[in-house]
Formats: sequence, C-alpha cells, structure tokens
Amino acid sequence: MTTYALTDSWTMTRRELAHWARQPVRVLVGLVFPVMLLLMFGYLVGGGRGVEGEYVDYLVPGMLALTMAFGLEATMIAVTQDLNKGVIDRFRSMPMANGAVLVGRSAADMLQSVLSLAAMIGVGYAIGWRVHGGVGGLLAAVGLLLLFRFAMLWIGIHLAMVAGKPEMVQAVQILVWPVGFLSNAFATPDSMPGWLGTVVDWNPMSQTATAVRDQLGGPGGEPGHVGAAVVWPLALLAVFFPLALRRFARLSR
Amino acid sequence: MTDVIVAEGLRKRYGDKAALDGLDLRVARGSVHGVLGPNGAGKTTLVRVLSTLLRPDEGRAEVAGHDAEHEAYDVRLRIGLLGQHAALDEELGGRQNLEMFGRLYHLGARHARVRADELLERFGLADTGRKPVRAYSGGMRRRLDLAASLIRDPEVLFLDEPTTGLDPRGRAEVWAAVRSLVGGGTTVLLTTQYLEEADQLADRISLVDRGRVVADGTADELKARTGGDRIDVVLRDGGQLGAAVALLPLDAAGVSVDADRRLLSAPVTDRMAALSGVVRALESAGIEAEDVVLRRPTLDEVFLHLTGDDHRVKEAV
Ligand SMILES: Nc1ncnc2c1ncn2[C@@H]1O[C@H](COP(=O)(O)OP(=O)(O)OP(=O)(O)O)[C@@H](O)[C@H]1O
Ligand SMILES: [Mg+2]
Repeated sequence: MTTYALTDSWTMTRRELAHWARQPVRVLVGLVFPVMLLLMFGYLVGGGRGVEGEYVDYLVPGMLALTMAFGLEATMIAVTQDLNKGVIDRFRSMPMANGAVLVGRSAADMLQSVLSLAAMIGVGYAIGWRVHGGVGGLLAAVGLLLLFRFAMLWIGIHLAMVAGKPEMVQAVQILVWPVGFLSNAFATPDSMPGWLGTVVDWNPMSQTATAVRDQLGGPGGEPGHVGAAVVWPLALLAVFFPLALRRFARLSR
Repeated sequence: MTDVIVAEGLRKRYGDKAALDGLDLRVARGSVHGVLGPNGAGKTTLVRVLSTLLRPDEGRAEVAGHDAEHEAYDVRLRIGLLGQHAALDEELGGRQNLEMFGRLYHLGARHARVRADELLERFGLADTGRKPVRAYSGGMRRRLDLAASLIRDPEVLFLDEPTTGLDPRGRAEVWAAVRSLVGGGTTVLLTTQYLEEADQLADRISLVDRGRVVADGTADELKARTGGDRIDVVLRDGGQLGAAVALLPLDAAGVSVDADRRLLSAPVTDRMAALSGVVRALESAGIEAEDVVLRRPTLDEVFLHLTGDDHRVKEAV
C-alpha cells in the first residue's frame, strides 16, 4: 500500500497540472493578485511606520511572507471544492495510497507558490528592492518562505475538511485577513500599541518575515530569528499534517 | 456456490432517520443481484457501505472475502463502482480520466494508456478528443463512468441506478455491457427503481423498503408470492368497466381497474376456467373486449402486494 504512495501522489500532482493546462488564465490571475498588493502598498500606501532605511526593502520581504500566509485560503478553497466533487468517491473506492489526493494538492500548491515568489521577486526588483544578503541569503529566505507556506498549506487542508461546506470557508476566509495583517508585513511592532505589538510579534508570519529580512539584509531583520522561523512552521506541521491525513481517511465514513 | 457479498444486520442512521435498518443480503459469485426499491429506500447507502465509502453504525459487510470496514484496501482492489452520481474529473477529458484512474489502479503508464483506448473504443467514446467531461451529455458521462469502473476487471461490480436518466438507447447499451460482464464471471450488484430492469438483468432480486429487505428471490419466485397468475381484460368502451367488474366471475377483492387503459385485472386460480368464464360472460352481456390475456404478475404488483403501499415504485418506462 505504501509502496505506491509516491507514484499515486505523482499521479495526483499531474492531475493538478492538467487542470492548470486547461485553465491557464486562472493560474495567471492567482499570480497577479499578490503582485498587485505589493504595488499598492509600495506606491499608494507609502512608507511604513517605524521603518528605518528603504521602505521597499522592508515591504517586499513582508509581502512575500504575507503571500505565503494567504496561500492557506487558496488551499482551503481548492480542497473544499475538490472534496465536494463526485470524483472523490471514485478515488476513495480505489486501492490508492491514503492521502495521495492531499499530497497531490500540496505539491501543486507548492509549485504555484514558487512561481508566485518568482513573480513577486521580479516585480520587487523592478520597483527598486535590492537583495543585500547575496545569493545564499536569497536562497535561505526562499526556503524559509516555502517552509512557512507548507505549514499554511496543511492547516488549509485540515480546515477545509473540518469546515466541509463552501459556506464555512467564507468564515475562515474572513479570519485569514486580520491574521495576515496583524503582522509586521507593513509596519514594525514597535510602532504599534503595546498589546498589538505583542500579538504581532508572536504571529508566526512575523517570525518568518523577520528571519527573511535578516537573510536578505534589509531593515527589520534580526539575527537569530531563523530558529523561530523554522520551529514555528515545523510545530504547526507536526500538528496539522497527521490530523489532515487522519481526517481524510475517515472522511464521511 | 460461494457468496461474494455478505451483509449482516447493517444499520446506518442520519439524525433520527434510519437509512439502513437491519439489512441482510447475500449475493452468489458470478450472479447479477438486483436491489429494487423506491426513492429513499436505502439503496445508495447500501452500495456506499459495501464499496467501503461509508462505515455502518452496526452490522458487518464482507465483499470478495474481505471485511469492508477493516480490510477496505483489499476490498477496493477487487471492486468497481458506478455510483448514482458521476465520479469523474469534470475538467479533464475522457481519455485523461481513464488514464489517470488506470495509473491509480497501478497498471503502469503504458498499460493505463492502452486500457483507456480499449475502453473508450468499447463504449463509443473514442472520438471525444480533448473535450472536458463537463461538456459531455448525460449518456456519454454515464458510459465513461462505467468504463472507469471496469478498468481493472473487477471481481465485484456495484452499479447504483446505472440507467436512471438515460434514453432507451443509452439504457440498452448499459444493459448490453452488464450482460457481457456476467459472461466473464463478474458478480454484479445493481440497484434500480425500474422493475423491468431488475426483471431483465437480475438472477435474484431483493426488494428493499425503508432500509430493510422486504422480500428476496428470483423474479419468478417473487411473482409466485402474490398468488399466481392474473387475467387482464381490455374493453373497447372504458365506460363499461364498472359493469364488467360487477358481472365477471372473478374474485372481487383482487380486481384492479385502470380507466386510462380501459383495463381490468384480477388474480385467478384456475387459468382455463377463468378464461372461458370471462369470455362467455362478456359475450352474453354484449360487452366488447379488445383483448383478454392470462399472465404472471409484474414485479410492480409484487412490490405493492408485499409492502402494502401504493404508488411507491415507478413504472418501468
Ligand atoms: N448524507 C446523508 N445525510 C442525511 N440523510 C441521508 C444521507 N444519505 C442518505 N440519507 C437518507 O437516508 C435515506 C436513504 O437514502 P439513500 O440515498 O440510500 O436512498 P436510495 O434508495 O438510494 O434513494 P434514491 O432512489 O432516491 O437514490 C433517505 O431518507 C435519505 O434522505
Ligand atoms: Mg440512491
């Protein structure tokens, strides 16, 4: 049974890629949205409170982390839609490796995130953002961002199965936004009222953003944050990955 | 003869409604078993339990020698499922669907491709190209769904209302496919609301009502249980039905009248005596008949007889 875990997951990943090939516009729209947010905050909203140095060097890493956080919502919507499709019954009546459906989804979403990061880094460069930490720093930053995305992904999968119906997804969607914005993506916690600053500091997304800023050598980075940016996502994964797999195996049974 | 499907005391509740209420079933290897019942009888719930999609609250199900609850993987290796609703990836084409399922059945990439082509050809879907399933007609979708459930030559095939919503040609195609499978030794469990379908395809039939089996047997055995043969009389003038009922030498309690078809129908014990009695009585009263026939009861009448409930089963179309 487990001998097929890899091939089944690959088959399910191919399924997602086949969907992309059928709907390229949908993929493009998904890439454009975070880029638009970046441009909006870069040009319209202007300098962040409490930031020393170039704001764009503060903003871009924050937006990268925010994009990864919003991935939770994208994953959740996709899984909810998938689970309400008839084809899921066929998958579940076949001798497939348990969870290959979910692994296929996560592989496709990770690939989408890589494309999304590439697009945002390109646009960030165009609006004047620069990497000050060398290629090694850039790669480390991308690694931390993808690790964070991976944790968000499995939270999204789990919540989708708990919520079940598309109506419930909206409720979670409304919650993702404040969590995304109650972070240091746009402004430093020091510039906020005490309790808010504390919340923002503890937000796992802030940890990732701070570590990424450190790796990229921009304002707002603090050495020593990499540990937290690794531990937080791993801890979330340790909880939600097994929960999601278990939940899927017992789905509607 | 060994039983390939064994269900014992299956119960499944939704809220305070029992979808399965102590259902027992045995299906012999290589046979076609019809599960016949009205809307909400529990047919789909039964199929979902047997095909490992649903865990019963109580009871036990064994399919192809394995427990459906605790050995789901072994059961899944040996079954094919055509659910009541299409279980296909609507965004992909027919070939893409079958290839994907073939890979998931671990046929290997090349064999999955070959098998997809074979099945598309066999079900008349070879020229659908890249068109997504979303754009298929109901009949095409049903055929593709059936093809998908046959990828691995299943030992046991579940068909949940396989022909509901199909036109006569689509229905004939599905029937032909089922018949050809049985030649190959597959055991088929088929649910239907159509009496004619169960009568045509099934070796044995279970009548299901409110989550339990209310009668079980071959079509002939079930028919025998309503008390033997019937006589049908079609009159030229429907207005004379009342007069005919009063006058004919028949068991008045068992007579049913269908005014639209100018038909009266009654159970008989002595076939020849009833036939000649009816013809003579009609002649002497001067009532003109278009048709007088002796026949076995239909399953519809059997069902009404056994459940004592009217208008719960659809007439076969
Ligand atoms: N998921 C569910 N939630 C609540 N009630 C359900 C659920 N599934 C089935 N039921 C109820 O259980 C009963 C049996 O349903 P089932 O779908 O098995 O009937 P069926 O014989 O397949 O009917 P049909 O001919 O309409 O397909 C029905 O009363 C139905 O409303
Ligand atoms: Mg049903």
